[in-house]
Amino acid sequence: MIKLFRYLRPYRFSVSLSLVLIFVQSLADLSLPTLMSDMVDRGIASGDTDYILRIGAWMVLLATLGIFCHVASGYLSARISMGFGRDLRHRVFQRVLCYSLQEMDRIGTSSLITRTTNDVTQIQQVLFMLLRIFAWAPLMAAGGIVMAIGLEPKLAWILMATIPVMASVFLLLAWKGIPLFQLIQARLDVLNRVLRESLTGIRVIRAFDRVDFEQQRFDRANSDLTEMSLRVNRLMAAFFPAVLLVVNMTTLVILWYGSHNLHQGEIRIGALMAFLQYAMQILFSTIMVSVVFIMVPRASASASRIHEVLDRHPTLFDPPRPQKPSDRRGEVEFRQVTFCYPGAEQPAIRNISFRAGAGEFLGIIGGTGSGKTTLIHLIPRFYDASSGAVLVDGTDVREMTQEDLRSRIGFVSQKALLFTGSVEDNLRFGKETATSEEIRQAADIAQATEFIQEKEEGFRSPVAQAGANLSGGQRQRLSIARALVRRPEIYIFDDSFSALDFKTDARLRARLRQETAGATVLLVAQRVSTVMSADRILVLEDGQLVGLGAHRELMEACPVYREIVFSQLSAEELP
Amino acid sequence: MPMGFAVPGEKARNFRQTLRRLLGYLSPFRAELTVIVCMAVLSTVFSVIGPKIIGLVISRLSRGILSPAPPEIGFAIEFQAIGRLMAFLLVLYLVSAAFSYLTQYLMAGITQKTVYRLRREISEKLTRLPLKFFDGKTHGEILSRVTNDVDTLSNTMQQSLVSTITSLVTLVGSIGMMFTISWQLTLTALATLPLYGLATALIARHSHRHFREQQKNLGELSGFVEEQYAGHRVVKAFSHEPVSLQAFGKINDSLYESAWKAQFITGIIMPLMGFINNLGFVLICVVGSIFVIRRALDLGDVQAFIQYARQFTHPILQTANISNVLQSTLAASERVFELLDEPEESPDPPDALTAFSPRGEVAFEGVKFGYSPEKILMNDLNLRMAPGETIAIVGPTGAGKTTLVNLLMRFYETMEGAVTIDRLDARCLSRSSLRRLFGMVLQDTWLFHGTIRENIAYGRENASEEEIQKAALAAHADHFIRTLPDGYQTVLNEEASNISQGQRQLLTIARAFLADPAILILDEATSSVDTRTEMLIQEAMIRLMKGRTSFVIAHRLSTIRNAHLILVMNQGQIIERGTHRELLAARGFYADLYNSQFLGADLRDGAGS
Repeated sequence: MIKLFRYLRPYRFSVSLSLVLIFVQSLADLSLPTLMSDMVDRGIASGDTDYILRIGAWMVLLATLGIFCHVASGYLSARISMGFGRDLRHRVFQRVLCYSLQEMDRIGTSSLITRTTNDVTQIQQVLFMLLRIFAWAPLMAAGGIVMAIGLEPKLAWILMATIPVMASVFLLLAWKGIPLFQLIQARLDVLNRVLRESLTGIRVIRAFDRVDFEQQRFDRANSDLTEMSLRVNRLMAAFFPAVLLVVNMTTLVILWYGSHNLHQGEIRIGALMAFLQYAMQILFSTIMVSVVFIMVPRASASASRIHEVLDRHPTLFDPPRPQKPSDRRGEVEFRQVTFCYPGAEQPAIRNISFRAGAGEFLGIIGGTGSGKTTLIHLIPRFYDASSGAVLVDGTDVREMTQEDLRSRIGFVSQKALLFTGSVEDNLRFGKETATSEEIRQAADIAQATEFIQEKEEGFRSPVAQAGANLSGGQRQRLSIARALVRRPEIYIFDDSFSALDFKTDARLRARLRQETAGATVLLVAQRVSTVMSADRILVLEDGQLVGLGAHRELMEACPVYREIVFSQLSAEELP
Repeated sequence: MPMGFAVPGEKARNFRQTLRRLLGYLSPFRAELTVIVCMAVLSTVFSVIGPKIIGLVISRLSRGILSPAPPEIGFAIEFQAIGRLMAFLLVLYLVSAAFSYLTQYLMAGITQKTVYRLRREISEKLTRLPLKFFDGKTHGEILSRVTNDVDTLSNTMQQSLVSTITSLVTLVGSIGMMFTISWQLTLTALATLPLYGLATALIARHSHRHFREQQKNLGELSGFVEEQYAGHRVVKAFSHEPVSLQAFGKINDSLYESAWKAQFITGIIMPLMGFINNLGFVLICVVGSIFVIRRALDLGDVQAFIQYARQFTHPILQTANISNVLQSTLAASERVFELLDEPEESPDPPDALTAFSPRGEVAFEGVKFGYSPEKILMNDLNLRMAPGETIAIVGPTGAGKTTLVNLLMRFYETMEGAVTIDRLDARCLSRSSLRRLFGMVLQDTWLFHGTIRENIAYGRENASEEEIQKAALAAHADHFIRTLPDGYQTVLNEEASNISQGQRQLLTIARAFLADPAILILDEATSSVDTRTEMLIQEAMIRLMKGRTSFVIAHRLSTIRNAHLILVMNQGQIIERGTHRELLAARGFYADLYNSQFLGADLRDGAGS
């Protein structure tokens, strides 16, 4: 966690100022009991009412100074810690934007979301506590000790003796408690898992009439969790009584020895009273520190998760001297490309070579895990090939800037991903400068016009987060239109028609064919019928290219293709 | 937690009723609770007495010093008396600590047992809720009631009861003790009370606003981040990074604005209370000292008074906080109760048949159904299937093909008419015996965290090892299971992502084989399975269907053609029915569907046979 605090640099002035303010504040707080002791020992002893009032006025003045400093430092710490959180979030988000898909996969989307939001919140909260209490409490404790010693050196040893006792109470509980807390977390996870499973499988559970079995599983998890929580809570029940007992005992000891010293005339009674006050202050500030300490382990787990994000540098970056192919023909070429996901035993695609020329419609087919999606992800450089080269318009994609490369490509992913905003905003995503004419046309080709116009606000209709207010088919059509707005040289469709009903699918494909006549189209499909009419079909199996040619050629030459076709269509449906 | 103050508690809508119901959960612990309350009160009373006794000690000391003593005694301090007082104090503190520990200890037991019971009740409730409930809620929503809400309950219940008692007793006790010392000083101290109230009210109002604002911004930010990360590849593909970063910056900035304000205002409460406390302290010192000079008070009284006045802040903060804690406890329990009050499935009639072995004749007789009364999907649906026949249900995605399944299994109830099995109304059977008649293989395979063996054995209780393997063999799953390092003992992880989609489907088929049902519900795989596995699945399914009445959500031409009846569905309704041949001849929706799905754009309808 300390490492993250280097990002506090811009706030170093505020931090120092805040520390100074806290220092002044604790001095003010600390001087109150001493003044009281004066009031008692001199004011009361001499019966001087004026003196008492004068000291009283001083005390009010100091208390006011104290609150002023306290509020000011509170203001500063709030700004510092929340500002720090804002900066950290910004850094994390910025870094994730730079990630290639490889880094995204490694950490996982949902984990990245938690890291950007919850983890940062966690840390800024602890920072705030640290700035407030961690600076204040030791000052109070140290100041209290100094003042107490100054006041009555004879009694100071009592305080010195109490602090280790207090510390060992904390350590004992932390040592016993922290492992239990971790166990609770683990059992809570089990409970959640069992419950989630029984929710996702509700139809199956009821269909097989296994409700009782599930009930038993849940009950087991529930009792395990309860038992552990009970242990922790019973342990923690000792905490406050123990601390309070230490405090009270200290008071007694001070009083006992104090009264004896008093008897010998070595200390004054006002001083003894002040000393009791200091003892309270010191002990309570140790309690405060321990409260913060309890928060630290959780925050440091958050910190290390954030670190992991910030320390991971994207593996893909633009070349120092990028090339910019002048002509935009839309040619795609793979030269002996092999790609292996990090940590995987086998390459996902192996030694693939092919070339798709301008204006060609290339279908890509193969079973699950055969490497279709991997293959097309290499073209916009979501990943870099492990060996071999991917070329676009005759240039290695690693030699171009990512922006230039991607500006040539219209990519439609398997899952239609939309963003909050209006329909038009989403379509304009592809090209900021698109005219509304262009947008309407793209929507028209994508067969989206009809449902857009049915909406009350047409193109201005809102799209909810991740397009939740649209059906799967509508989302797919919008994501296709979004790519069309770009008018790129290369279109990549990754099984992008799956949610469309058959009529819409057929109409859309017919229009696409016309529209993309001059462009290169790479289309990944599960169903043979979708790619049968392509200029050429690329057949993948287990990451290897096992066939490339038109439907009729492949039917004769490629057994894998034939197998796929026969598994999906019966002989009489074939042309 | 001193800083926890003024975190806006969520408001419970029906305060009294929820509180009463929550108290109902505590009623089995009446005896313990009485003990707890007594001990908490005693423990607090003892600690409240402490300062008064210390005051007495100081008074005795000061009397010894301040009053000119007769010379023959010298400087007389009554050590015996002081010693007795302190011994008494020691006992008091020890007993107080012991009681306070016991209180917390017992309370932990009550809290955890109550929470256990609540979780159990929720889980039992979930088994009795109709599917309608689950279809209308996300899993996250339901999960959060069991985890977050129950968690909040367990955390706050422990605190709120005991601290309510202790702070009230401390507050009342301190004031009472102060009065016994000096009513004038007490009034002086109480003069600061309205200031506390004012400060709390003022700050609470502002902090609520800023906290709400912060919560809103935080929600917005989370939503944005979620969307951007989920759509990462699109952002990249369209080079949208700068735009994203800018939008993020904007939300992030407004979050910062509200966050620091909320934090600042919350942070102010402690110092402000401290300041007011200090003011009271000074006042008491001054007034007290003057009283001592005038011999109206002993010095020890002043000391005791100062301690009480110091103790003041804590219970005041606590009492202010309690309403927050209580509010969020109640809000959480309200959500839990809401779930517990959801309408349940109608219970099985007492005379329901529990054992039934049908031949497999299934019929829909005049069935009327809709998910809501405003939108009726089926009106007077009639169909009859002889044992062993196959019905294919066909239609585009989202056409409502699972509606029929929902009715067959009584996941949903018909509005009018009945589903009959061997001419017996399905409602005459208990739900569980009805569902045992069916075997179900769905496309979204459901497997749980456990071994492969356990997952197959799910099909039937007490299945023998041999039967399990036989089922796996019949489902073509045996081979791949044996290639796994731990064979049948391989543990599937939560998403069962350690075996492929196709293999998962084979396991669910094995499960259905083991169950050996009279009637089958099958959902054919559409995609995402490699060709070889797809063929295995196909073969296994055909074998499974042999001799059983089958409802198939069909994607495969061979299945459709061999079906005895095809139901064509669109937009939730059955729009056509008949055999393949009849439907093609009718040249309706089915014919269109068939042509576009199974034939490429370039192909003519060659299958009109």
